[in-house]
Amino acid sequence: MQRFAQTFGVLLAVAVLGGSATAKDVPELKSESFELPTGDRMFTGAGADPVNNNCLTCHSAGMVLVQPKLSKTTWEGIVKKMINVYKAPVPDSDVAGIVDYLSNGPTGGK
Amino acid sequence: MIPFAFEKRALTRRALLGSAALGGAALVSAPALADMVDLPFSGGGGERATTTSFPQKGKMIVQRTRPPLLETPWDTFDKGVFTPNDQFYVRWHWAGIPESVDVNTFRLKVHGNVERELSLSLPELIQKLPRVEMAAINQCSGNSRGFFGPRVPGAEWGNGAMGNAKWTGFRLKDLLDRAGVKSGSIQVRFAGLEKPVIEGGPHFMKSLTIDHARDGEVMVAYAMNGEALPFLNGFPLRLIVPGWYATYWMKMLTDIDVLDKPDENFWTKKAYLIPDTPGANITPGEKDVKMVPINRMVPRSFFTNVAPGDSIKTSGPTDLRGIAFGGDCGVAKVETSIDGGASWQAAELGPDDGKYGFRRWDAKISSPAAGSRLSVQVRCTNTNGLVQPDKPNWNPSGFMRNVIETVDLVAA
Ligand code: HEC
Repeated sequence: MQRFAQTFGVLLAVAVLGGSATAKDVPELKSESFELPTGDRMFTGAGADPVNNNCLTCHSAGMVLVQPKLSKTTWEGIVKKMINVYKAPVPDSDVAGIVDYLSNGPTGGK
Repeated sequence: MIPFAFEKRALTRRALLGSAALGGAALVSAPALADMVDLPFSGGGGERATTTSFPQKGKMIVQRTRPPLLETPWDTFDKGVFTPNDQFYVRWHWAGIPESVDVNTFRLKVHGNVERELSLSLPELIQKLPRVEMAAINQCSGNSRGFFGPRVPGAEWGNGAMGNAKWTGFRLKDLLDRAGVKSGSIQVRFAGLEKPVIEGGPHFMKSLTIDHARDGEVMVAYAMNGEALPFLNGFPLRLIVPGWYATYWMKMLTDIDVLDKPDENFWTKKAYLIPDTPGANITPGEKDVKMVPINRMVPRSFFTNVAPGDSIKTSGPTDLRGIAFGGDCGVAKVETSIDGGASWQAAELGPDDGKYGFRRWDAKISSPAAGSRLSVQVRCTNTNGLVQPDKPNWNPSGFMRNVIETVDLVAA
């Protein structure tokens, strides 16, 4: 493997914090590009539409589905935080439906 | 069975960039799902899929696919005190993760209340700044949140949102000295390449006080366990804040702003706050609690070779082992108990690879009578004299869990 040290012609001493100094080169830093899995789960069951429409833009469904059973007030707080802090563009008319759906627990749509 | 308690298919497509919305992205690869794990949260709900479909990552527990929250499978911690890069946990806030980093055009900028603004390339940073190396644990503020009772919202991690690595890079102090911090500076704010996916969403940034930033321990790493950082762990540069929770360890670090006014950004001012009480512990429902930014880590210790419900032999001693850490200082001692904490026996400590890293411990328990049940516990006392508590802490964000771990075993 080509070493960064060769690429840039550097070989420096490593000052180990709290230890002795050793000579060491650094690994090669190569330009990288990657594709990340995105997760394609949707919310299902009665009342899932507003959740699918509003809650999958910034994070995959897993963010919601791993949550424990939470009270309606807690879900209301979470949805408000998404809107006010993270700027989720949720129409006012969808909020109650989302909160109802989520308050039925992470299995949703029961 | 919960219909969607696991990722049925984890399909790959181009990471969403900038304000790109969900639609229209092509599906480019087949599912790559390994088996399930069940994190033992009280009340259940700990079933998670594992996957090998993330770049540069081996088998990881999926907490959330996008942006990724990937937990280190527990058996990894039994293999050594350094967590392999390909199983080091992953935690992002926004899905605006760049899909590529060009090492030739990448720059780290230092600006704000400084004599000289800097914009340095990777070769410049590597050549010009003295190289340092340090072992340090990176632990999510919310590691173990799934074990909170009552449960709280957030990433529902088991204990695997942590890892220990040997970091190579340069001291933040040396970089700041090159820029020349002007008097009147109070904080230093860090930002990476991660972007909100919605216009107006708060860009992820965190700050440290100027004294902390210049303490000579905080560093910027370009290597992790001797290799370039995995993309998802912050390639090409990551801030290392030894002894402090991972929220400060900015990934894909690209911007350092020296501030002469307090940082008012959401992530510093309103997020990652803990009750200003010992162990960040309050009673559920408690009101009017003073909140402060999360900061130093607290001691923890874990079993790595036994899990709840395991059976142990009734002839000859049983070997117990695990890992411990002091938090913001080293490990003074690790002890185990087999009588519910009434008496404690010192465990043997493995080599000290640095006070901010994991320390291996080993203990033996003598053979129990067949059929008996043992509650085995392990606790760490750090070199500041802080010992793990015997009751779990609670706070509404699920931060800083460090209760003594208990594993129930059966002698068979
Ligand atoms: C504008 C972007 C955006 C949208 C749209 C959005 N969220 Fe979030 N959400 C976030 C961010 C950012 C976080 C914090 C992520 C992290 O910490 O990894 C978050 C976190 C969460 C969490 C974890 C608890 C917490 O408070 O951090 C839950 C639950 C959640 N979102 C539910 C929802 C629901 C339900 C919806 C639909 C109403 C929604 N989100 C829509 C951005 C968004």
